[in-house]
Amino acid sequence: MASKFETPEVRKFPVIPKLENSATSHLSPFKSKEEFQSSLGYPGELVENWQEKAIDKMGDLLGKYRSLRVYLDSCIQCGACTDKCHYYQGTKDPNNMPVGRQNLMRGVYRRYFTLPGKYFPKLVGATDLTKEVLDDWYSYYHQCSQCRRCAVFCPIGIDTAEISMAAREVMDSIGVGQKYCNEIIGKVHKIGNNLGLPEPALADTLEGLEEDVLDDTEVDVKFPLDVKDSEVLLVTPSADFFAEPHVDGLIGYAKVFHQAGISWTLSSHASEAANFGMFIGSYDNMKKLAMRIREAALELNVKRIVFGECGHAWRVAYSFLNTLAGPFDFLDPRYPVPQHICEITNGLIDQNVLHFDKSANDDMTLTYHDSCNVARASSMGGIMGGQFTIPRKIIQTVANNFYDMDDETIREKTYCCGGGGGLLTDDLMELRVKGALPRMEALKHLIEEKGVTHMAAICAICKSQFSKVFQYYDLELDQIVSLHQLVSNALIMNKKEV
Amino acid sequence: MSFVTILYAALFYFAATILFVGLAYRVYEYAKIPAPLKIPTPPAPMTQRGVAIRIFREVVFFESLFSATKWTWLFSWIFHLALLLAALRHLKYFTDPVWFWVSSELVQVAGHYAAYLMLAGLLGLFARRVFVDRVRYISSPSDYLILVLIIAIAGSGLMMKWFPSDILAIKLFFVGLLTFNFSELPSDAVLLIHLSLVIALMIIFPYSKLLHAPGLFFSPTRNQVDNARSKRHVADWAKRMESTK
Ligand code: SF4
Ligand code: SF4
Repeated sequence: MASKFETPEVRKFPVIPKLENSATSHLSPFKSKEEFQSSLGYPGELVENWQEKAIDKMGDLLGKYRSLRVYLDSCIQCGACTDKCHYYQGTKDPNNMPVGRQNLMRGVYRRYFTLPGKYFPKLVGATDLTKEVLDDWYSYYHQCSQCRRCAVFCPIGIDTAEISMAAREVMDSIGVGQKYCNEIIGKVHKIGNNLGLPEPALADTLEGLEEDVLDDTEVDVKFPLDVKDSEVLLVTPSADFFAEPHVDGLIGYAKVFHQAGISWTLSSHASEAANFGMFIGSYDNMKKLAMRIREAALELNVKRIVFGECGHAWRVAYSFLNTLAGPFDFLDPRYPVPQHICEITNGLIDQNVLHFDKSANDDMTLTYHDSCNVARASSMGGIMGGQFTIPRKIIQTVANNFYDMDDETIREKTYCCGGGGGLLTDDLMELRVKGALPRMEALKHLIEEKGVTHMAAICAICKSQFSKVFQYYDLELDQIVSLHQLVSNALIMNKKEV
Repeated sequence: MSFVTILYAALFYFAATILFVGLAYRVYEYAKIPAPLKIPTPPAPMTQRGVAIRIFREVVFFESLFSATKWTWLFSWIFHLALLLAALRHLKYFTDPVWFWVSSELVQVAGHYAAYLMLAGLLGLFARRVFVDRVRYISSPSDYLILVLIIAIAGSGLMMKWFPSDILAIKLFFVGLLTFNFSELPSDAVLLIHLSLVIALMIIFPYSKLLHAPGLFFSPTRNQVDNARSKRHVADWAKRMESTK
């Protein structure tokens, strides 16, 4: 590990750090290039009259998003959110305090859109949109994982994610895009998934999985692709096809469907659950990506849509999909659209369809990481708080040893893994390691106290992020597991078919 | 009519116009801008009734602030409570005959002690701005000035205990403003200072962070029902993109 930065110290009793001005002003992700920008309909480089264009775009967004307008107006500068962001805790940079981050845009808003800011800029902290300010925007609006932890604590409910999404959209519109997100979105528009994995390669991979599972379990579990008239269209993050521990989760979903006798299929057209359009605040791109799922569902003539384990994908699915790509009146009206794989498994557990040998997970003592987008931007099971209780219930059904981390770090107060919101890129490694600090502290305490060995998650980004940053905190990369990996380990399969 | 009376009558009409028209316009703007996507934060209510309860708890108890920081919660809750009590006490200057519950001992005495409470809360908030490095960092001059302004309003109001004015005349002046039946305003210095500061507050209200008051009711993370899977939520501007097959 040739890191040019220091991993933050894991503290026994975390205290709020003192400010260090500009501590991470040097962190900016790689900028997008012409080719990635243009495929999304954005200019390839900083346009000439960028200032004017940016202000126009801000005006446009202020008229489209009530959240943006109300939140820029209503902040009391009370400071309640200042210590709530994992990036502030890990970097100590004041611009990573949620309100500090918001003020980068609020200063510009006040200058160009409010009377006091026009006439008394100094008095109200209004600033011109200069090149330096734009650079700060690029840097710090890409140090926000849009996890919404700050919004839970704010007395007005100000959601910094709304502001960083708007900022990214403004920047894209003047040609300042982020490479990681925009390159990926382009791939989905063209090919159908974040990895740019074409249909033959996908088919190949799934075949390989079938063989693996057959070898392992002696059960002929299928991983169908583009099979018309299936009951379920499964939309899952493309990391599930390859990455560890994601793929073990995918095997888990397949076994659940197999055991329950539910016919299902993946789609090569909509082979991606993630919707990075949200990260860049682009309704248009988000809608286009969502429409692929609708098209696939129609094409394959399925009855329901189920999402695999992916945090922000579930946010877009649960909270936006119906709005973006609905109405889904062609699907079976008995089921919500879409459903989460945890809802499926949970339902089957309740109906006594699935049976488990809990001892299969006895080599692990588990805890559960509430992924920020699942916890704070969605629900499950049609009950308040289902997004917290259902995953925990499944874990406790399939495993014997489970403990929760500190109350201040789970459920609606959970900490982001440090890699969400379009920041899961190597050029932001320092930020990712530092941002993981609060979660690492809570996990390490539990390891010490209860001897926890593994942490389960239901988000592709969380899983990738942890398997990368664990090493910086002296943990092993396989200590992060997929929830459906646990299901897969313990599920008792009928072997008669072979 | 004395010059002072005419001046203050004009100023109050002016300030009230700014305050009410300004606020109404803000509320109109907020209401007009769509919230194109569902973004409630947990625990997100699944019914409109649940939303009403949630907002009520935020407005009355500052629930989120409580979970965030106890000191700020304490100071600001005390301050806002005192503000309410003081406002109730001041109703006697605007109602004729005075509503019976406003004239009750309870409201009048509580309203009086509210001034001390208010000062305590405000000084606490001020101290936090000065002494906590994070809050100092985010504070702009206007953040201090607004606190100073309200401290001065509470202070000058309290001073009137020692520099009393003709209460009946003040009341006649204000009732006169409401009924266009003008009457002289006593020209005592402390009273005029107190009133000037209130006028200033009324004028800056719709142009400042005091908009957090209407803002809370329009905050999508707090006022939305969690029903996105069962109900579509398409904003007008997004309808042009509707091309469902
Ligand atoms: S949304 Fe999350 S990452 Fe962004 S400022 Fe708030 S707490 Fe920090
Ligand atoms: S908690 Fe809300 S109102 Fe207070 S400073 Fe943060 S964003 Fe502003």
